[in-house]
Amino acid sequence: MRKINVVIKDTLPVMAGYIVLGTGFGLLLNENGFGLWWSLAMSVFVYAGSLQYVGISLLSSGASLVTVAITSLVINARHLFYGITMIGHYKGAGAKKPYLIHALTDETYSLVCTGEVPEGFGKHEYFFLVSLFDQIYWVTGSIVGSLIGALIPGNLEGLDFSMTALFVTVVVGQWIKEKEHRPAIFGMISSIICLLVFGPDNFIIPDMILIIILLSIFRKPIEEGRKA
Amino acid sequence: MSNIHEIAAVAIMALVTFFLRGVPFVAFRKKKVPKYIEYLGNALPFAAMAMLVVYCLKGVKIMTGNHGIPELVSVIIVVLLHIWKKNTVLSVVVGTACYMILIRIIGPFAV
Repeated sequence: MRKINVVIKDTLPVMAGYIVLGTGFGLLLNENGFGLWWSLAMSVFVYAGSLQYVGISLLSSGASLVTVAITSLVINARHLFYGITMIGHYKGAGAKKPYLIHALTDETYSLVCTGEVPEGFGKHEYFFLVSLFDQIYWVTGSIVGSLIGALIPGNLEGLDFSMTALFVTVVVGQWIKEKEHRPAIFGMISSIICLLVFGPDNFIIPDMILIIILLSIFRKPIEEGRKA
Repeated sequence: MSNIHEIAAVAIMALVTFFLRGVPFVAFRKKKVPKYIEYLGNALPFAAMAMLVVYCLKGVKIMTGNHGIPELVSVIIVVLLHIWKKNTVLSVVVGTACYMILIRIIGPFAV
């Protein structure tokens, strides 16, 4: 039980955001004529927030399968970075590994990317529980949205800012702990430049390329800086 | 009732996503991970989290509407509060509440 409490506490910011965003997803999908089973299938098997939202219009407009594949590739390309980070941390996870990979969303990545594990947990046990709980929140939201989304009173607009806030706290936490700030600075500057140059819908892939180039050029000083 | 096209579309989204998440693991499953990839794996979290923050804020219109003021103020509050208290839940709750209030106050007066 203590372990479950720790996991819930660590995933609390994701819980708020996922339940709200998941509900919004289920609600919208339902309004477009795809009911509970569709939202359940997407939240269990696709499990990628932005793509699922875009997927609503792909499904309802009857987009071609080639369009679906290319859109998925472009929207989710950033996940390649997460895999590269987690190769070491997820090594030896055995039977848990396929699920850990499947559940590696932006938000789960933000919670596991440091590779730190609280006391009393097996390394992969902690990663697995965080991944599983996050997906449970997301799936729960999707179900609620599909079934009773339209009945929810009140105006929750802006509650999804919790995801942005979570990522900001991770950046700040990393900045405080880490002496070598170039990777964070490169990530920030490259993303802003690419956003301005390529626009909000197309900036991630050029951004990823620029980040890799910068990290490669400055590999030596960054590695020395991290050791110092 | 034929939903084959839609089912295939969902399957493709799932497969492409799993592929993107999994390809680095598969690529280095047998071999020893090269030093360069290991270095990228260690340096990327910092760059990727900064990228994610920008990704979340990509829809902000600085020149029109509320000029991104609710986002800017809320992010600054999260940063300061997190430096001060280092409590993730507190930072996220206060930052989100601040944002929800600001979009309701500033929103109606936006030009």
